[in-house]
Amino acid sequence: MFNPIALVGYKSLTFVQHLGRMAVFSADVGRCIVMPPVRVGAFWRELHKLGVLSLIIIGVCGVAVGMVVGLQGYHTLSRFGADRSLGALVGLSLIRELGPVVTALLLTGRAGSAATAEIGTMVATEQLDGLRMQSIDPVHFVIMPKALAMFAVVPLLTCIFIVCGMLGGYIVGIGFMGGDPGSYMSSLRSSVDFHTDVGGGLIKSVVFGVLLGLIATYRGYTSKPTSEGVSSATTSTVVIGSVSVLLFDYIITALWGV
Amino acid sequence: MQTLVNNGPVMLKGLFSRLTGSADEIRRPHARLDKTMHVALDHVSMSYGERKVFENLSCGFPRGRISVILGGSGSGKSTVLRLIGGLISPQTGSVIVDGQDVTGLSERGLYNVRKKLGMLFQGGALLDSYNVFENLALPLQEQSRMSRSEIAQEVHATLKAVGVEDVAELLPGQLSGGMLRRVALARAIIRKPTILLCDEPFSGLDPVSIKRIEALLMAINQKHTITLIVVSHHVPSTMRMADRVLLLLGKRAVEGRPEELRRGPDKEAAEFLNDGMEQPAGRE
Repeated sequence: MFNPIALVGYKSLTFVQHLGRMAVFSADVGRCIVMPPVRVGAFWRELHKLGVLSLIIIGVCGVAVGMVVGLQGYHTLSRFGADRSLGALVGLSLIRELGPVVTALLLTGRAGSAATAEIGTMVATEQLDGLRMQSIDPVHFVIMPKALAMFAVVPLLTCIFIVCGMLGGYIVGIGFMGGDPGSYMSSLRSSVDFHTDVGGGLIKSVVFGVLLGLIATYRGYTSKPTSEGVSSATTSTVVIGSVSVLLFDYIITALWGV
Repeated sequence: MQTLVNNGPVMLKGLFSRLTGSADEIRRPHARLDKTMHVALDHVSMSYGERKVFENLSCGFPRGRISVILGGSGSGKSTVLRLIGGLISPQTGSVIVDGQDVTGLSERGLYNVRKKLGMLFQGGALLDSYNVFENLALPLQEQSRMSRSEIAQEVHATLKAVGVEDVAELLPGQLSGGMLRRVALARAIIRKPTILLCDEPFSGLDPVSIKRIEALLMAINQKHTITLIVVSHHVPSTMRMADRVLLLLGKRAVEGRPEELRRGPDKEAAEFLNDGMEQPAGRE
């Protein structure tokens, strides 16, 4: 018989159990990062797969988001006669908020799901068990380079996204709407503080990178060894990753005001 | 990590025993177990969720011999291999590998035990993004102090020994079923294990490939005196190669020499083996 209280209890227990497992998993990944051997080759390969292959999507989306912010910002600011502040608006919104968040969301869909699917397939085809039987730690050999690459890739791509976004805002605000390029650049320079704004944006992107790296690898590593299990793990990486990014974005902003 | 979580109670037992100084007692094999056995299961119970696979299973696999585990689908044949490899832990009982109880060992402790083991997985379990050479070289690169040229030499020699020396540059996805099985066998033996676990080495193969793999396994056993534990559905090959058979029959298990079981008083065991002998070669 359907018992809503039992269901809530079961779901809560499952959630807590996952949190506990994830904590143990994260500690294991942390241990592998500091334990030899150093897997430079694997790290570079993952950096290429997760980062370099995501460059185009990040660049294009950065320009598109910058163009939208530029257009919306120009219309809104012109109403108050403040269109000279377009550079500040585009710069601050990209550096403090849109850059880290949108990059993390895009990478959840592009790189996070790919990492989960790859690890999940290795689980389903017993490749990780094969490594264990050769006395090779699969967390050290497979998981750690992927997670570490994700930690590094998110902040790097966030920077690229922001630069592309500013370019998009410039193209629309100056090229299409006829704004003043000097005002755009000077308002951008005068309003952006390196410590508060750039530092804050970087902190967010580092936190999102760690979150995504751990969520994507954990979901793949704990996926059921079936094709359905792999597909469900991939979906849950995108869902949990996106929700976590938005939640942590609020928490970081509320706690540190960045 | 999965192992850590799933096997929490067993690992806690190991931790507790270490803290209280009773580790040796727990590690010592059950007195009842035969010393000639290289691998033994002692009163092992195993279940996946609600489904019980077996209860109180005790059996042994003699040193340097070929033992074959037979049984119907879902009888827990592959589970026995995974228990021996420490990939899963039993709910109760002990699994003793070369005199050491592996049930309470940490993952790090298991890595030392696994240095004595080689495992041929049913699907090969080769890394699909690595070519055959890289797959075979990996355990040597990770575990030994051999130079690159020594590793290359060893890999090519092992591939030659299993009869697939010309596939070193191919990816596992480019190999046929029989070749994949032989490459997986090469990977399993490249570290020169003393115990070789083979999960369904004949499944999905044509009769010629079955005979080739069978001959290969027997040659490995004779040349290196490796203890071979093979899980199979294939009764004819079992009758040809096995020194000892463990037959899992639902709630009970019987073990003995293949001919003894086939002609022995246990009707169910005899029927299983005799019916199996009539199946067309290569059918799993």
